[in-house]
Amino acid sequence: MPVAVVTRVNGPLVEVSDLRGVAMFDQVTVKGLPGEVVSLRGERATVQMYEYTGGLMPGLPVEATGIPLSAPLGPHLLGGVFDGLLRPLEQASMWLDPRSREGAETRSWRFTPLVAEGRAVEPGAPVGAVTMAGGLSYLVLASGGTVGSIRPAGEYPAEAPIATVGGHEMTMVRRWPIRRALPYRERLAEPVPLITGQRVLDLLLPVQRGGTTAVPGGFGTGKTVLLQQIAKWCDADVVVYVGCGERGNEMADVISELGQLGDPRTGGRLADRTVMIANTSNMPMMAREASIYTGVTVAEHFRDMGYDAVLITDSTSRWAEARREFASRSGALPAEEGYPADLASAIAAFYERAGRVTTLGGRTGSVTILGAVSPPGGDMTEPVTTHTQRFVRTLWSLDRDLAYARHYPAVSWEASFSRDDESLAQWHDRTGREGWAATRARISALLAEADHLSGIAELVGTAALHARERVVLLGGRLLREGLLQQSALSPTDAYCTPERTIALAGTVLAAIDDCLALVSGGVPADEIESRDFSAVLRAKESG
Amino acid sequence: MIELEYTDVAELRGPLIVVRGVGGVGWDEFASIHLPGGDVRHGLVLEVDGDLALVQVLEGTSGMTPGRIGVAFSGTPFRVPVGPGWLGRVCDGLGSPLDGGPPIFGSTTMPVSGLPLNPAWRVPPAEPILTGVSVIDALTTLVRGQKIAVFSSPGLPHLDLAAQIAAQAHASGGPFSVIFAAMGLTHADALGVRDALEARTAAAELVLLLNLADDPVIERILTPRIALTVAEHLAFHLGRHVLVVLADMTSYCEALREVSSVRGEIPARRAYPGYLYSDLASIYERCGKVRGLPGSVTLLPVLTMPAGDITHPVPDLTGYITEGQIVLSRDVPGYPPVDSLASISRLMRHGVGAGRTRREHVDLAAQLLAALTRARQARELAEFVGTDALSSLDRRYLDLARAFDERLVAQGREESHGLEETFDRAWQVLSTLPRTELTMLDAAAVDANYREAR
Repeated sequence: MPVAVVTRVNGPLVEVSDLRGVAMFDQVTVKGLPGEVVSLRGERATVQMYEYTGGLMPGLPVEATGIPLSAPLGPHLLGGVFDGLLRPLEQASMWLDPRSREGAETRSWRFTPLVAEGRAVEPGAPVGAVTMAGGLSYLVLASGGTVGSIRPAGEYPAEAPIATVGGHEMTMVRRWPIRRALPYRERLAEPVPLITGQRVLDLLLPVQRGGTTAVPGGFGTGKTVLLQQIAKWCDADVVVYVGCGERGNEMADVISELGQLGDPRTGGRLADRTVMIANTSNMPMMAREASIYTGVTVAEHFRDMGYDAVLITDSTSRWAEARREFASRSGALPAEEGYPADLASAIAAFYERAGRVTTLGGRTGSVTILGAVSPPGGDMTEPVTTHTQRFVRTLWSLDRDLAYARHYPAVSWEASFSRDDESLAQWHDRTGREGWAATRARISALLAEADHLSGIAELVGTAALHARERVVLLGGRLLREGLLQQSALSPTDAYCTPERTIALAGTVLAAIDDCLALVSGGVPADEIESRDFSAVLRAKESG
Repeated sequence: MIELEYTDVAELRGPLIVVRGVGGVGWDEFASIHLPGGDVRHGLVLEVDGDLALVQVLEGTSGMTPGRIGVAFSGTPFRVPVGPGWLGRVCDGLGSPLDGGPPIFGSTTMPVSGLPLNPAWRVPPAEPILTGVSVIDALTTLVRGQKIAVFSSPGLPHLDLAAQIAAQAHASGGPFSVIFAAMGLTHADALGVRDALEARTAAAELVLLLNLADDPVIERILTPRIALTVAEHLAFHLGRHVLVVLADMTSYCEALREVSSVRGEIPARRAYPGYLYSDLASIYERCGKVRGLPGSVTLLPVLTMPAGDITHPVPDLTGYITEGQIVLSRDVPGYPPVDSLASISRLMRHGVGAGRTRREHVDLAAQLLAALTRARQARELAEFVGTDALSSLDRRYLDLARAFDERLVAQGREESHGLEETFDRAWQVLSTLPRTELTMLDAAAVDANYREAR
């Protein structure tokens, strides 16, 4: 039987002849380097390689593994740093040499059985728990069947057999093909907010658990700082942070900050509830393409245990560019700006992996996806940005003018949207934060009017406006500076609870109402404008 | 080892040769091409397909005739010798001496494409490099291990500034070296750079790689990679703090576009190849500091924005990868024309302060930028209503803007300001304002430094 051999090498694209019996997206190896079958024509296959292919040449044998590209999902994930294929980076060498990338997981974990031998369990039911640093309980989920045997409580290596269920041996690790969504029982319709701790988002542009958000912004608009703030402070159980083709120093910064910061909810470190996937811009391009799928698979894995997981990908533009580069090398006909024609459907399919669901095991869990978009030249009409906007439920557009004016987070309330804003405001009202919806509506209306008036004032001057309109303009400024601006560097202001957000909103609105009352009582606008509002503007800085 | 030489050239096209009948040739291998008369050129394998190899010739294909050239493959990617032997040398864009000295030898060689640095081994940059240029040291401090770009419109003295930084920069704790890689510079510009850096070359603290405007375009693709390979060795094996200046990255990107176009690749924005981001990242990401090692590589790419357009793909993609930018603008009078409000060093906050520069550094920079913003608004207002109609406070802000340009920005091309002098000048500028305006600085710092003008 002829051996499968390489016939052509062009960067990460490798063509193979005589590759029999393989399926699309099966993993293959060439000289120990991993690759994935992306097209089959007869017995000729096109493979995308996940490592630098220098030195690969026609004639080299190719081995098929018979399984799709899969990620090992286990207790080692929390607190760890991984590359785009979920290989641990902390145990890897200083220089990432493609030929020395194996590092088997050797640590042991404290396992406690949750079912007795002889019991039948449903698919997705936990057969045991692993105690984790930071207080989160890692659940080992069964694929269903009768428990034949189970180990007693004790410390076991992650890859050691701990139970036999339905005739299959189980370990604490499961492997799952990254491009296939993990199954669940049903999607839940009721929207529940994810609290980010950022006032402008929680109040005006909220995201629901299981929702999808895109964050487009040109360079220098503070995208990374905003996403890092959310990674640190949002009220999810697990945060998966994917550095997809971004800066190495930035990843080093996130890793070191999360390692130092405490988690106010568990008493552990923030890093203990975080999985970092760092496939920086100079690491192999196709592993970067895989990294967002790896990330969402990890998030789904924790969702299945009944947790609320948040996936942050910075940025999806780099993922799209990796797909474009590969499509170009494989000779695919380009659509818009050289991107392959499946760009829109690929973006949609990725975001559709988000959701709040009843898991197979009957728990409630969610995957929320926040995807950064880096529009070339800040051009919001380019394909990745425009397609993404269509499929997400929330859009947080970052604005260069706000950033230059040092208004952070530089989220433009005009160019952004949340399709769940009304229903989430109702949720706050129902669950003990009465007046949330009314406050939100009032602030949106005031901001819209102030923005409209400031456009007019730029043409005719402030003095030409009516006194009431001048007070509305002033109110817009108080809302922006006293409520919406939030310093990521201030220890008291970096995170804001919903209670504090609504209290602060009340303080600023009360000041605006006073001014409106004064102006309707005949007090000149000049006098109101020259009052000292520093107490209102500084309220957010007091603890 | 006797190298097999292939002579069956199927095609010559732009800087590319297609060689037929090859065996055992791998992707990204380095090749040497022998011409009749003994001329040797160098190439890289861009693709292997069956028995065909597509080779990119670094020095170009002019004068080549099929049937009269031989191509030999080395079996490895392109490597250069590394070591301290580079310090004090002036070479061409491929690392061959231009200073009349012997070829550069090193105890070991490294592939110029390098390997990615494991992000889990990186240490966030947190120590300054002082350039002796006041406006940069005060407001956009370079941090060891970061990458920060200089963006310039055509015709502005960005090379003078780059050369001045290369000549003056220093870091405390550990020896300091500079590698200046020129890509596509004119002879006049190159001469200026060489002169400005002569003292540093003589002190064996500098490596100069010169690929000139009339040198082969394709050679430019290797110049920055050679510079960075040498830099990584000096930093991570020999413990030096290395500053790498790459000028002009726009010329580099044009070279990349040229090869891409000849290969018939599908063009992306402005006909640059779709992998421009990845390619630039493979250069810019080679900076950093590593856990447990003393040295650092700091990167200063310099580029001209075609027609001054910051959204052009080259500055745009560079901005997405670098950690800040120093923007030169025609609107700033004098030298260096740094537009402070458009410039930022993202990692500066971690790299300055007590024990590094001065305790009040972050607040001082924030106060200066806030005051400049206010001064700019006052100036715009004055254009409508006249200076006389401004409030006395607004006029003080106009005074500040003038003092800023005269006292902090303006500096001679060979003038180096120490840290004390820079801070002294910055405080003189702030002292043009009433003391009550300095709300971002703490009272102790103001007490110690504020001296109201006149």
